[in-house]
Amino acid sequence: MNFVALKMLIGDRAKYIGILIGLTFASLLITQQASIFWGLMTRTYGQISDMGQPDIWVMDPKVQFIDDVKPLQSTELYRVRGVEGVEWVAPLYKGLLKARLSNGSFQTVICLGLDDSTLIGGPPEMVEGELEDLRRAEGVIVDVVAAQGKLAKPAATEGGKPTPLKVGDTLEINDHRAVVVGLCRVSRTFQSQPVVFTTFSRATTFAPRERKLLSFVLVGAKPGVDQAELSARIRAATGLAAWTADEFKVMTMKYFLKYTGIPVNFGIAVLLGFLIGTVIAGQTFYNFTLENIRQFGALKAMGTGNGTLLRMILLQSLLAGSIGYGIGVGLASAFGLLTRNTELAFRMPWWVLTASAGAVLFICMLSALLSIRKVVKLEPAIVFKS
Amino acid sequence: MTVATADAVVCRGITKVYGSGPDAVPALRGIDLDVKSGELMMLVGPSGCGKTTLISVIAGILDQDEGTCHVFGEDVKQLGARAKTAFRGRTVGFVFQAYNLLPALNAAENVAVPLLIQGVKRKEAVDRAREVLERVDLGHRWRSLPSQLSGGQQQRVAIGRALVHDPKLIVCDEPTSALDQETGHKVMEILRAVAVGPGRSLVIVTHDARVFEFADRIAKMNDGRVERVVTSAKELR
Ligand SMILES: Nc1ncnc2c1ncn2[C@@H]1O[C@H](COP(=O)(O)OP(=O)(O)OP(=O)(O)O)[C@@H](O)[C@H]1O
Ligand SMILES: [Mg+2]
Repeated sequence: MNFVALKMLIGDRAKYIGILIGLTFASLLITQQASIFWGLMTRTYGQISDMGQPDIWVMDPKVQFIDDVKPLQSTELYRVRGVEGVEWVAPLYKGLLKARLSNGSFQTVICLGLDDSTLIGGPPEMVEGELEDLRRAEGVIVDVVAAQGKLAKPAATEGGKPTPLKVGDTLEINDHRAVVVGLCRVSRTFQSQPVVFTTFSRATTFAPRERKLLSFVLVGAKPGVDQAELSARIRAATGLAAWTADEFKVMTMKYFLKYTGIPVNFGIAVLLGFLIGTVIAGQTFYNFTLENIRQFGALKAMGTGNGTLLRMILLQSLLAGSIGYGIGVGLASAFGLLTRNTELAFRMPWWVLTASAGAVLFICMLSALLSIRKVVKLEPAIVFKS
Repeated sequence: MTVATADAVVCRGITKVYGSGPDAVPALRGIDLDVKSGELMMLVGPSGCGKTTLISVIAGILDQDEGTCHVFGEDVKQLGARAKTAFRGRTVGFVFQAYNLLPALNAAENVAVPLLIQGVKRKEAVDRAREVLERVDLGHRWRSLPSQLSGGQQQRVAIGRALVHDPKLIVCDEPTSALDQETGHKVMEILRAVAVGPGRSLVIVTHDARVFEFADRIAKMNDGRVERVVTSAKELR
């Protein structure tokens, strides 16, 4: 009877396409919006991901997320180094500074100052030049997207193309001269500000005069040392907050989840996709069953048991579900591929696929359930009613 | 005339009331009726007299309120839901006024449905269905969808479907009323020729006097009762 069920479904072209459209739409919207949502969420901690080396981040206990800088006394660096199980420590300066472009306009940049000797925390990928070039006088490394965009030199003539910032160009950061010695690629951050790398000591000369300039202490654990235990020890010894990179990512993400409306908006879009998909697919599927109710009645009269009918309807909804899911996820992937090189945040991890598969399965089950209820309750005697 | 032997259907004191309270409609008011094995019995009578209700009880798709209906020795009402469904699948063939073919299946697949319900493999079921289609003169149209067939042809497919699993009882509700006279006649001829046989009974509801000639016996109903049972349409006048 499985074959009868499939033929029934596919034979009713218009309804079948309607059901598919509903399910495709639902899985497309859920997958795509969830991927954008997740893309944005991973952006919130993009800088933590970019710095692969540190196992543990040490910071002021009041810090809530990566962009929430509350500087420490520089002596904290040595106190952390003294904790048992610490292999190395590196200072990190992170601050928003004003860069002055050649035409005199200002652009806020995120300045990252790396440990002068080890340069730990450098960009994940160099496009031009070497990280080592930071040791050259006044050297900075600029993120390539900004170099071509926000930090590019405006066109000399009206309507002309801006000239990208190149290696060898100079710019002024907080009235201090800086020379571009390299271009790098960094993960897009939530605010999408240009990122400029330099050494810690140079960053402190750029930064406005403040008593405290140490933003984070980056820590590498000795091999074999448990990171959770080590961060607990650092906390106990220094009174500072110490988080593993993963904990810090989650913390950052949670902060954005809690305090910005953007994730909520995407959550609503996902929910809407789910609801609309449920309504369209559920409705058309239920309608499909209703329209075939005489056929189901005839099958019932002719001796088809409720168990078999249930299996037939489940099969119909699962078939429609898998095809709709396939098309929807395919379209979402195509969307992701097409927008790959744009500003759009789009990440489709396995759990988004699993979650949308689960959602589509739920929609199918729900619509099947409605139909099954109808068919199980159906009196076969209706077949003789004209 | 086929020789009618032991009783295939034995109805005693069957009543059926639809609804309850002030809306109650008594459809059957105490039916006694026997259908013999190997006979073609017609149920006739004015609209609303309870023909469809009675045939539904006999076919095991509707439970009577009172009385008993034995079909080939089985008290159908007393069977559990599952057993009743299985009983219908094995024992009863159906022909409906509106054909009720599955529009997505071709003629052979439609005929094969009762076999598929009983778990016969698809290939074997369709092969057997094609043989049955030969018997209703539609062997060459086995691939056609119902929408590609005329009303008479669709009803012949439905007759094939009612026969394919060799049931002992075939019930038909108004099998010819959607067809013109000539086609209806042809359909009845085929039904009579292929469906009636030793060990198989037909119960046909009809108000179409032109097909009365095909009956072995005719039960004339009125207002929920069987008024009389006759062997020839002439006696009804
Ligand atoms: N599901 C139902 N609910 C309520 N009343 C019903 C139902 N089915 C039939 N009836 C009533 O029961 C009576 C008998 O109906 P039935 O369909 O058996 O008549 P019939 O002899 O087949 O009529 P027709 O020749 O018009 O098909 C009628 O009065 C009808 O209105
Ligand atoms: Mg009727």
